[in-house]
Amino acid sequence: MSETSIAETQEPLQEGMAGVVSDFSSDKQSFHVHWGKAMMWIFLLSDTFIFSSFLIGYMTVRMSAQDPWPLTSEVFALSMGGEPIPLLLIAIMTFILITSSGTMAMAVNMGYRKEKKKTFYLMLATAILGASFVGMQVFEWSKLILDEGVRPWANPMGASQFGAAFFMITGFHGMHVTGGVIYLLVVAFRVKNGFYERRGNDYSIVEIAGLYWHFVDLVWVFIFAFFYLW
Amino acid sequence: MSDSGQQHPLSIYYWIWGLLFVISAFSYAVDYYQLQGTLRWTLILIFMFLKAGFITAIFMHMTWERLALQLAILLPPVFLMVFIGIMAIEADYTFLTRIEFFTESDFVPVYHHDSGAGH
Repeated sequence: MSETSIAETQEPLQEGMAGVVSDFSSDKQSFHVHWGKAMMWIFLLSDTFIFSSFLIGYMTVRMSAQDPWPLTSEVFALSMGGEPIPLLLIAIMTFILITSSGTMAMAVNMGYRKEKKKTFYLMLATAILGASFVGMQVFEWSKLILDEGVRPWANPMGASQFGAAFFMITGFHGMHVTGGVIYLLVVAFRVKNGFYERRGNDYSIVEIAGLYWHFVDLVWVFIFAFFYLW
Repeated sequence: MSDSGQQHPLSIYYWIWGLLFVISAFSYAVDYYQLQGTLRWTLILIFMFLKAGFITAIFMHMTWERLALQLAILLPPVFLMVFIGIMAIEADYTFLTRIEFFTESDFVPVYHHDSGAGH
């Protein structure tokens, strides 16, 4: 680590396309970031392809279905004072996830300022918001399964492919959120008890965990647009 | 490299945070006011790409990364456009095949046996 830093101070990194060429042809390290960050980005790239495959699969079954696709705006409506409000729960879930992304961005910033306490509480807030998102998803699933009789192979509202696409896509996303909550809690408590302080006072891990969390929010943006709104 | 990490003024995060709320409200409004047709999906796509762009660029710090990392991460997903295209053609084909063979009708197919084929 110290070796590369010395090499870098001697030779400033080039910018633009020349920088791309020199980065990729360098001896030890192509990406001049924390190794964990480069690995997280590559993992997220692979995850992008997984979620894209699900969404493209959903597009394929929806385009080829002969029965009309269920109206998501009605299926996911929530009654408030007797009036059904379309997609209310989904909108609340969207806002919760955006809020959690904001608190995560703050946590990353506070981490680099070595503000242990603030970082911990902001990450904790992020995890709690994430957990409440999963809770709402459980509510949504149980309402759909028990009250409306949606199954992966059939449903009373329309094209039978609806259930399979819905459970697969939101289920996989929910698993990512759940995993993210656990990941954030582990990092948050390690920040709190001085684990990173003892290891060179390096809080890059907060940014790396943040990348994962923002990605979960990013995937939700696409699910919200393609599955719920389209 | 160890902890020279991404350090930016807090104000930029507040701005993007607020902006994401506003754009989300807009995309919810698309459904709430039941806009339909071309207008609906154009707006859905615009708001979606705006949100995705802001999250990746600012919250995930992509704007401030070196070009090598930006290209390595952002170029591969472009190939998904090809995948989407292929599967759209496939879905169209499946749909037409279903219309052709699974549609209920009184039509009884007549099979013509080619007598001259296997002599």
